[in-house]
Amino acid sequence: MDCAVIAKEIKRDDLLQMYYYLRLTRALEDRITALYRQGRIVGGVYTSHGMEAIAVGYASALERDDIIAPFHRDMGAFLIRGFTPGEVLAQYLGKRTGPTKGKDGNVHMGDLKRGVFGFVSHLADNLPVAAGAALAFKIRGESRVAFAGTGDGGSSRGDFHEAMNFAAVRKLPVVFFCNNNQYAYSTPLRLQMAVADVVDRAKAYGMPGEIVDGNDVAAVYVAAKQAIARARAGEGPTFLEFKTMRMHGHSEHDPAKYVPRELLEEWKMKDPILKAEQLLQSLGYGEERYFQEVVDRVKREVEAGVEFAQQSPLPEGPEVLIGVFADSADSH
Amino acid sequence: MTTTTQAAGEVSYLEAISQALDEEMARDERVFLMGEDIGAYGGAFKITEGFLEKYGEWRVLDTPLCESGFVGAAIGAAMMGLRPVVEMQFADFISCAFDQITEVAAKNHYRWGAAVPMVIRAPFGGGVHGGPFHSECPEGWFFHSPGLKLVAPSTPYDAKGLLKAAIRDPNPVIYFEHKFLYRRIKSSLPEEDYIVPLGKADIKRTGNDISVITYGAMVHLALEAAQTLAHEGIDLEVVDLRTLIPLDKEAIYSSVSKTSKAIVLHEDNKTGGVGAEIAALLAEDCFDCLDGPIVRIAPPDTPVPFSTPLEEFFLPKASDVVAAARRLAAY
Ligand SMILES: Cc1ncc(C[n+]2csc(CCOP(=O)(O)OP(=O)(O)O)c2C)c(N)n1
Repeated sequence: MDCAVIAKEIKRDDLLQMYYYLRLTRALEDRITALYRQGRIVGGVYTSHGMEAIAVGYASALERDDIIAPFHRDMGAFLIRGFTPGEVLAQYLGKRTGPTKGKDGNVHMGDLKRGVFGFVSHLADNLPVAAGAALAFKIRGESRVAFAGTGDGGSSRGDFHEAMNFAAVRKLPVVFFCNNNQYAYSTPLRLQMAVADVVDRAKAYGMPGEIVDGNDVAAVYVAAKQAIARARAGEGPTFLEFKTMRMHGHSEHDPAKYVPRELLEEWKMKDPILKAEQLLQSLGYGEERYFQEVVDRVKREVEAGVEFAQQSPLPEGPEVLIGVFADSADSH
Repeated sequence: MTTTTQAAGEVSYLEAISQALDEEMARDERVFLMGEDIGAYGGAFKITEGFLEKYGEWRVLDTPLCESGFVGAAIGAAMMGLRPVVEMQFADFISCAFDQITEVAAKNHYRWGAAVPMVIRAPFGGGVHGGPFHSECPEGWFFHSPGLKLVAPSTPYDAKGLLKAAIRDPNPVIYFEHKFLYRRIKSSLPEEDYIVPLGKADIKRTGNDISVITYGAMVHLALEAAQTLAHEGIDLEVVDLRTLIPLDKEAIYSSVSKTSKAIVLHEDNKTGGVGAEIAALLAEDCFDCLDGPIVRIAPPDTPVPFSTPLEEFFLPKASDVVAAARRLAAY
């Protein structure tokens, strides 16, 4: 479908807001990368550079009450759910003000109050869990939806397949997505699966699936809206394959020499921010000056976040012992 | 990539593992490798760098992201006469293959007599800011599953010799290699082929006053503590278990009967860990020769935290061993 045609279905303010979150994600992650290069961040740094449209698109399509079980390149979803750049940076720096209070690092964070399940490294582990959230919504007759994803690599895990099957059998209100960025760490798609499209995996479970341009925030948004509507209407799960490309290494320590340079050049032209700007311009919603304003604004917000994170205290050693068990399950 | 060891050159723990794999692959064409990103990329830690070029894509198999799938496949290939060595990118992800390891590999021979000669290499342990999912010490889960052998070397010499022994062993062996030691610990290795037999502990330092029974990265902590204590006239004996199953009870007992005091030290969580078993064995079998309480040093029962001050608090320190030894010496 033509971008501009799809975009007509989206309110101007929503599109502008998505543009803002694309820019915020990019600025925040670029800053994180810079901090990493300066040796200020220990541990892994996984960015969504070039893939920002996916999380920004789907998280914008969800209602506040819906649950997200994000993937490790879904920074935009965290930001849309109200995680501030300062909190995110504090998390990366291991500070007490981060969402995990220093217990975990990088995007391994979550907050039930904001409807975001904590990411589990073991890829696809959270998909059955998301199906379980959807099961709860169904049992209680709530009109809520769970949205959960993994990468092309993660889609090879047994838990991915078990989650899909279970959700399909019970017609659970869950949307599964895969961001197919063509590489799992160094493993190219052809060594990951013998099918060309991840969406084919959904067929085996009797689940409708769709391939979506993952670099087009409007296309992601519209596809997500439709899948979410299906789920809310009791018609069961949908699978969305967002085609995209990972523009940085697997993590910032990885120079990704295994990726052909031409492939990166090709995808650079399809940069989601570039695409969004072209779309906004074609619709008459924004022009250069406006884009620059957004760039300046997110830069200020990210710098304020850096300030906050740097000023924040590190946790103290004995805090290790806090929180292994819950005192109550009712505080959410 | 070097196949033979330069006699003069020092070899890191990481290179020792790499050499063992290389030499075993050259020696026995049944040996092949499987794992995520071990081919063109050379493995997340670069242990298998250059192997793809040397041995080809059917002996260095990049797998999809499916631990249960490729461990199961390794079990099948092993029963058909091959000698698979599987790499877990991080030991933490071994939980994804738990079912295949504990239910199939471990019980196969006992149930119906079919041996499963395979090795699972599992880079484990903390101190590298990996957080709860990239720093685990999961040996306790498998310590409790009869039918598996468990290896955890602390030096390049042991790392190489034990991996070779593991590959030649007719049983499923989980080989826990410590990430923290990869590039930090170096030594020179013999030029000739050698193995370190499974089931034999090694006294890394002889001493008369207190036995520290340990393995993996903690061996180095114990040695550090021993140096500090030597100035105070407390003489530690450091028993490096090297393999957890088979457990070298004789070496443990003979050390403790000499020193009559024991500290059990490990990096896995305290409750239900390997140390708990060793303490119980000492209480059962060495009660008469003990002159003090058995002391266990291990991290608290929490996941491994990410932030530096938290991880430092979590991990055992040489000063913990020093303090415990002083208390025991005075007992
Ligand atoms: C079960 C499991 N095995 C191995 C890993 C180590 N690992 C982390 S990310 C990754 C590649 C993931 O690829 P993909 O799912 O395609 O997502 P991408 O990072 O490419 O966006 C691997 C192998 C892991 N996190 N979980």
